[in-house]
This record gives sequence, structure tokens and C-alpha cells, in this order.
Amino acid sequence: MSMLELRKVSKSYGQGANEVDALSDIDLNVERGSLVAIMGPSGSGKSTLLTIAGSLEEPTTGDVMIDGVRLSGMSRNDKARLRRRSVGYVFQDFNLLAGLTAVENVSLPLELDGMSMKKARAKGIEALEGLGLGDRATNYPDQLSGGERQRVAIARAVVGERSLLLADEPSGALDSLNGETVMRMILSACHGGVAAVVVTHDAKLASWADRVVFLRDGKAVDETLPPPTPEELLIPDVPNPA
Amino acid sequence: MSIRHSLLALLSEGPKYGFQLRQEFEASTGEVWPLNVGQVYTTLQRLERDGLATSDDMDDDERQKNYRITELGHEELSRWLRTPPDLSEPPRDELVIKVLVASRLPDVDVYEVIQVHRRYIVQLMQQWTHLKEDESHFDLAFALAVDAELFRLDAVVRWLDAADGRLHRAAFEPAPENNVALPSIRRRTGAHR
Repeated sequence: MSMLELRKVSKSYGQGANEVDALSDIDLNVERGSLVAIMGPSGSGKSTLLTIAGSLEEPTTGDVMIDGVRLSGMSRNDKARLRRRSVGYVFQDFNLLAGLTAVENVSLPLELDGMSMKKARAKGIEALEGLGLGDRATNYPDQLSGGERQRVAIARAVVGERSLLLADEPSGALDSLNGETVMRMILSACHGGVAAVVVTHDAKLASWADRVVFLRDGKAVDETLPPPTPEELLIPDVPNPA
Repeated sequence: MSIRHSLLALLSEGPKYGFQLRQEFEASTGEVWPLNVGQVYTTLQRLERDGLATSDDMDDDERQKNYRITELGHEELSRWLRTPPDLSEPPRDELVIKVLVASRLPDVDVYEVIQVHRRYIVQLMQQWTHLKEDESHFDLAFALAVDAELFRLDAVVRWLDAADGRLHRAAFEPAPENNVALPSIRRRTGAHR
């Protein structure tokens, strides 16, 4: 079932002669358990697509559905609740709060959603342990390496029952091995049933995805073919009738 | 891919039989480059001819030759490891030529041509990355060889992205009267020879 669905989504900024189309007629389906990468040059609309998918911005026209629920009919409060409960974000610059420890950063969205501090903390520690950071839970962001900070950001994005993970250049300025670790973590969240969308201009990161969608000037112009299934590989070549 | 020097490297660990060399070559390159046994024996004969390896005379009851590296072979291996491969000349890259040709033809959408290649290469990268995914079968030599392939393909995608951007930019800027880019590249590389 589709966790995220975009139907004919367009977004324009400005008015009249100054109107700029950031996105036009985007259709996108991301199933539970699958990882989709969006590739495109700067200014192609990648980040706009992600903020609209995460209900941080409204499309000018078109529909966004998260877990089958249409966002356009929802109140601001309902949308905020949906974001807290279902959607996790990972940003290029990690966006951790400097005054909070690793585990406080991870458990904050759960507390904001009404979970008790004790329970939220236990969930936070569980998420950090899952990413190999159990022993760093009480460290502050400036006591962590870049790779560790990004793992905390991923833990924060998948903690609780989040089912949609949206990541904007998630490996940021990390070196390629740490970038690989980040993608392995996102992939493992997908294997646990999360749907993920990763926006990147880095083909090495995008190559971890099940499907890569190419964006150009706000339009989805192309996408990779699904890999052949084992059954397809077994079909013998049939010569064409002359 | 220098089979000759890879075999020398394996022999520098100790004397080995031809069949064993083939198995160890494939294992040490993560089985990314399969090698047929004929290539192994032809290469060994040449190593012997050039004095870089010797073989024990075959006994009547011994069916395989045992090869060992010579002092000259050790020197050759050491020299080869430290000699940079020739990267000074631009390779005659088919993809570069296709994009250059597409950019000149009026009836061809060069961006569409670029995208066809970009998609194909990203798909290839997905296949290589997929092989790395399963860490339970982790093999260091294999991971190194797959990384090398991914970095090589990534460079091609980045070149396509840059070409795409540069062509876009050029479309909005007046072209110089005489396009002398190709001859000047030739002149510049010629200066290094």
C-alpha cells in the first residue's frame, strides 16, 4: 500500500510575470518498505518536493496523501499531529538541538506528542541502540562526530511508529563511507516497513534506492527501471518469428 | 588490468601451481574479474621467458608445474606497484564523443541523450550497490573492487551533470565566432608528451 502519494502536484511561487514553477504535475507513489531517490540538479525542485511531501508546504494544485489520508482537507493541528506521528525528517545539516543530549533530541518529538518523559526516553535509547549509539545517549551534539550526529538525526526520524522518512541530502558533508552507513540505516528502516524518500544529487547515494526518479525544471522526466525479478531472469530467449 | 603483475604478486608470497594461481587471483579481486586458465598459463610462460619466474622441472609423476618468482621478478613487481598508470592522455571515451556529437546535431535533443546515459549508469550503479548490500557475505577484496566501479561510474554521472549544466548555460550565452576548443585541447595535451 502507498505510504506517500503525490497526484499532479504543482507548486509555483510569485505572481504574474514573476511567477516561477518550482514543480509541475508530479505524480509519485512510495510504497511501505521501499526507498525512492529523487535526483536532479540544484533548482530542479527536489527540496520543494520533499517539503510538500512532508506537509511543511502546501502545493499550489494537486493532492498529497500520507498513509491514504488526503492532506488538503486537514486542519493545521491535524497536519502537525500527522507530521509528529508519521513523518520523520533528516536534513543535510542534521538539525540537532545543541542544548539537548542525543537521547533528548531523539525523544523530544515523542514528548511533544504527549508521551511521558520516561517512556519517551526509553524509546529514544532503544532507537539509538538500534543504530549502534547506545553508549553516546547522554552526549551533546558537539561531543559527537559528524557521522554520529547524522545517526542521531536518523534515530530521531524513525523513533516511535513513524512510517515515512524524508531525507534531504542525508549524507551532507560526510565522507563516502559514512554516507554509505547513513544509506544502510535508511534502508534498514525500509526493511522494517518504513517508506523513504531521499533527495540527493549524489548518484552513489541514489544507487541504494529501489527506484530513482529524475527531476528537471520541476518535472519528473525519467526514472530507473525496476530490477529484473528472479522469474524474469529465468524466461528463456524466444526467437522472433521471421 | 595487469594479470602479469597480479600473478607476480601472488608468486611473491611463495611458490604456486597454475591452477592455484587462478583461484587466488579471482579471490583476491573479489571475483570481479574472472580469469580463464589459458590466460594464466600463457602469462606464466611469458613470465618465465622474461626471467621473472621459474618453474620446477616436471617429475614423471607430477602433473603440474610449480612456479616461483625470481629476484628480477621481485624488482619488476616493486617497480610496477609504484609506477603511476598513464592518465596523462584523455582516453577516447565513447560517451564523451556521443554527447559532443549530439550537441552539434540540430535535430537531436542533447539533454534527452544525456538523460538516457545518466539513467543507464545509475541503474548499473544500483546493481553494484545491491551486491554490497548483503553484509553477511562481506569480502574485503570484493568491497574494494565494487567501490572502484561505483566511483568510476559516479564520475561519469557527474560529468554528464556538468555537461548538462554547461550546455544549458551555453544555450543562453552567445557562442564565440570560432569554436577552437578541440584543437586547443589537442595542443595542450601534446605539450606533455
